[in-house]
Amino acid sequence: MKKGKLLLAASAALMAAAATPAFAERGTDGDLKIIFWQAPTTMNPYLSGGTKEVYAASVVLEPLARYDENGDLTPYLAAEIPTVENGGVAEDLTSMTWKLKDGLKWSDGSPVTAADAVFTWKYCTAPDGGCAQGAYYEGVTNVEALDDQTIKISFDKPKPYPYSAFVGAQSPIIQAKQFADCMGAKAPECTDANFNPIGTGPFKVAEFKPGDVISYVANENYRDPAKPAFASITLKGGGDAASAARSVLETGEFDYAWNTQVEPEVLASMMSSGKGKLETAFGNLVERLDLNPYAVDSSLGDKRSTKEAGPHPSLSDPAVKKALSMAIDREVLVGAGYGEAGQPTCNIVPAPAIYASPNNQDCLKQDIEGANKLLDEAGWKMGSDGIREKDGVKLSYLYQTSTNSVRQATQALIKDWWSQIGVAAELRNVSANVFFGGDPASPDTFQKFYADVQEYANQFDGADPEKYLAGWMCDKIPNPSNGWQGENIVRYCNPEYDALIQELGKTAELEKRAEIAIKANDMLTDDFAQIPIIYRGSLSASSTSLEGVKINAWDSELWNVADWSRKK
Amino acid sequence: MFTYTIRRLLFAIPTLLVISFVIFALLDLAPADPLANLPLTIPPEVREKMREAMGLNQPFLVRYLLWLKQFFINEPLNILQEMTGIVIGDGDRLRVLSWATRAPVVDLIVQRMPQTLWVVGLSYLFGVILAIPIGVISAYKQYSIFDQIGTFISMVGYSVPTFFTGVLLIVIFSGYLQWFPSVYDTNLEVRDWSSFVAQVRQMVLPVTVLTLYNTSQIVRFVRASMLDNLHQDYVRTARAKGVKEKTVLLVHVLRNSLIPVVTVIALGVPTIFSGAIITEQIFRVNGLGQLLISAIEGADLPLVQTLTFIFAFLIVLFNLIADVLYGILDPRIRYD
Amino acid sequence: MTDATYIEDEKPTSVWGDIWRQFRAHKGGVAGLVVFLIILFTVYVGPFIHTIDPNKIDIRAKNQGPSLAHPFGTDNLGHDMLAQVMAGGQISLAVGITAMLLALFLGTLVGVTSGYFRRLDGPLMRVTDLFLALPLLPVLLVVILLFRDSLRSTFGPETGIFILIVFVIGITSWMHTARIVRGDVLAVKNQEFILAAKSAGIREFRIILRHLLPNVMSSIMVSATLGIASAIITESALSFLGLGFPSDFPTWGRLLYDGANFLQITPARVFWPGLAISLTVLSINYIGDAVRDALDPRMLKR
Repeated sequence: MKKGKLLLAASAALMAAAATPAFAERGTDGDLKIIFWQAPTTMNPYLSGGTKEVYAASVVLEPLARYDENGDLTPYLAAEIPTVENGGVAEDLTSMTWKLKDGLKWSDGSPVTAADAVFTWKYCTAPDGGCAQGAYYEGVTNVEALDDQTIKISFDKPKPYPYSAFVGAQSPIIQAKQFADCMGAKAPECTDANFNPIGTGPFKVAEFKPGDVISYVANENYRDPAKPAFASITLKGGGDAASAARSVLETGEFDYAWNTQVEPEVLASMMSSGKGKLETAFGNLVERLDLNPYAVDSSLGDKRSTKEAGPHPSLSDPAVKKALSMAIDREVLVGAGYGEAGQPTCNIVPAPAIYASPNNQDCLKQDIEGANKLLDEAGWKMGSDGIREKDGVKLSYLYQTSTNSVRQATQALIKDWWSQIGVAAELRNVSANVFFGGDPASPDTFQKFYADVQEYANQFDGADPEKYLAGWMCDKIPNPSNGWQGENIVRYCNPEYDALIQELGKTAELEKRAEIAIKANDMLTDDFAQIPIIYRGSLSASSTSLEGVKINAWDSELWNVADWSRKK
Repeated sequence: MFTYTIRRLLFAIPTLLVISFVIFALLDLAPADPLANLPLTIPPEVREKMREAMGLNQPFLVRYLLWLKQFFINEPLNILQEMTGIVIGDGDRLRVLSWATRAPVVDLIVQRMPQTLWVVGLSYLFGVILAIPIGVISAYKQYSIFDQIGTFISMVGYSVPTFFTGVLLIVIFSGYLQWFPSVYDTNLEVRDWSSFVAQVRQMVLPVTVLTLYNTSQIVRFVRASMLDNLHQDYVRTARAKGVKEKTVLLVHVLRNSLIPVVTVIALGVPTIFSGAIITEQIFRVNGLGQLLISAIEGADLPLVQTLTFIFAFLIVLFNLIADVLYGILDPRIRYD
Repeated sequence: MTDATYIEDEKPTSVWGDIWRQFRAHKGGVAGLVVFLIILFTVYVGPFIHTIDPNKIDIRAKNQGPSLAHPFGTDNLGHDMLAQVMAGGQISLAVGITAMLLALFLGTLVGVTSGYFRRLDGPLMRVTDLFLALPLLPVLLVVILLFRDSLRSTFGPETGIFILIVFVIGITSWMHTARIVRGDVLAVKNQEFILAAKSAGIREFRIILRHLLPNVMSSIMVSATLGIASAIITESALSFLGLGFPSDFPTWGRLLYDGANFLQITPARVFWPGLAISLTVLSINYIGDAVRDALDPRMLKR
């Protein structure tokens, strides 16, 4: 059956090529083969917040608006983006109204209405549902259908940046009819709906094998009759990043591979066969080092890495923190592990452009000499073993991160540079499912931070950093009383900073917000609360025969898959 | 022997229950978190709600008993219901649900079974079929060229890990020569000659890698055990009595040499079920091995628990079969 | 095979001397021993001759082919591969051999006890079933969770993790040996010479040591050679999963793993560690063969 269909599509493609039409028709380009080395396990982004699931679902399910490749909002199901100027957002910033495009249909042929959006909100906020995207509906007090095409969202307080619910790949609209019996605790039991959601996107699911392969076919009810150009998509999962890259760049078995973060020279050697190219896009992901401000000696027992343990014997000294940052050659780190997908950075908020601070450039240049001088001046004397010390305190650190070959290379390089300024580092790598896990019983989570230094990457969704910057406020420090939950992993605490963030929450004007955000970013970097090292991009591989790929770091990488086509 | 088998079967029930409890406790104690691979942009409060929805806030014992009920009562009833079409009770039973896919674990296992049986099962079969003659000849002609080469290849085959041989084969045969695909297509259905050829082509590389490994291991045991028996008194007696060399070798020596071989094979067959984690991953066979490793990495406890338990069941079963086979191969072995 | 004539006309001075003579007569065994000693020598003495620090990073000299300064080339961070292979060998050999010995000891103990003493057979074999069923990774996570910090503070980070890894590999790989040895013991213990020894009133412990063990030696030896290889490889899998040695402690398995992606750029990165593992296993295999022949009571009779 499938084979027949493929053949048909292929011959149709041939005929289309022979007739050379001015523009592609739907389903004329055959099968698009995509590889995700981490395989999607469900098609419902509300049940699993994982990036791979969100991307796989984005082919089928669509939000009202997406971010384009530049991070700007572009309407999808909505007719236009509501703003204060066009009256879509209320003057007092407590509500907004979206209008749907005309004639939208689900892939089963039934019309899309505002009631579906209302249902989606109820679905995600139902108690016991465990909705992974709950944060997108935070502060939303009501969603109502003013008519079949108009959706009104009300907020509990003025929202200077209201684009969150139904915006971006993480919070698409699902069909009310299909999920009606799947509310709350019953959500996981609707296997058919979760594996084959009815959507509005260019493709629909033909078969879903969780953790293995997804077969999509073109949606005959898609709003643009000329799209998608491909008749079907096969999204295969499994393997590792290097083999995924190889299957596009070297063997040419696949058209597109997501997340091919491999050493640059390996990718370059694969690319020499000329079958594919790399796609990079920069969002706001920053690889950083956390320096623990609290003491972590294991003799402190359960108190370590909390306020009760007292200040860190050496990392509370600003000179030490600054020297640690100065000793790092970020350019070399990029060359060793990231290639095109990385840039040296000194900012915690590197993008969007208006929020990126222009004030931090000095860290871009490595300065071992300067770092040594700084430590000498601060009284840290070089010991006979090559490790600096002062008053019996040695500059010797436990440096942990998750297991990942690029991170281990970074660790090795940084250890080497630090040894040149008289700082010793003991390296530790922890399995990612433990390090990023929240198990309060485990000593190895990054929230517990039972180490002097740790490395990981973090970012924020969408284009507004307010919530992200709020993650450095004093009350968000993980500690035993909150079960080690809280975003302020680096344990930064500065009342001035807290006040700044509160001001940001009250400011509506974009320029003013940007100014505050930059000030907050500079405050964090000046205090060396964190040492930003690399501004990381998404890195994917695409076949040279593929056209129309616009890799996007702000939304799903498959956001414009309707526009992809085979080069003729 | 019969009563022994019955006694062992009965004893297997409490054994398996204990094993299932130990595994459950172990998985519970392990610090891996099912939400660890979610983006950091998902805030802690939302994560807490997701954990609650998975039932993680229930006490340990409650979760264990729930799994027992789901696995031993609900799942068999469900299978019965599907087979007979008769709805038992209200037909609405909570099955063992995976945390990652939110779908019934048993369905997932059924979906993954074919490719694992094809690739891992076939390579085990090849391994056994190749290993026994090679081992017998190696032992009979000890230190001959055949034996030396066999020893060398089997030791290299065993000591070079599959993550290396796999990548090497892909680079040569998929990248450079382009003879075989490097990615296994689980959607391929064999219905005619061309799809059969495609199936064979995609199985060549993974089956080769695994067969080399399996053969290497079994051949060592066959050879060693044959050597032991070749020097036994009964062999000399049989030869002295004028029994044909072929009969001596294949009937007397081989039969008596099979005890360690049977043990190794009985230990190996259940591992077919657990799949070949690394090989499946390299060639993207996505069978049970890949399912298990991704479940462990994702801390998908219901899935890991169920897979491991089925694995444990097979181990107990095949070790019992091995014990029964000992008695058949060597009538002197008595258990009662 | 080997001529064993001198057994009859020479009076052995001691059992060990006798075994050594037998061993020496086994060409493969001697060759294996020589190769193994060369590997040991290279790994432990080599670093004093080739004095580059294995963790020395020279990013400008990355991905180089073999040269005089770097006979095995360099990796993608500019580590000297020869120094890495030698340093890795120290850890890999130590882990492989100790873990194998631990597994062999446990396996033989359990196998012999349960095969010989019928009363203990049931319970011991059920424990074996349990261990066979345990998934390795969660076991490791739990062991690390429970013991890493205390071992680290008692023995320091390196020795602590070494003990942990050897323990985990040993504790999770003795079951095959146990099952195999038990099967052999079941077959051997009903043979005439054991019954004769029993009726002669020899103590059980002595029977096991002098009569039973030599007869199950060949399976144990095979387990031992395969055990070293799998211990070295298991260690690399653990390092890869973040549960093994810290990344600045190279091991052969890890070097091989990290090098696999660089197969086309710097083949030397995978060739040497791969060769080292294979040669070690191969040489130990031949030594094992020779030891088994030397210990085999029946070989003496011919």
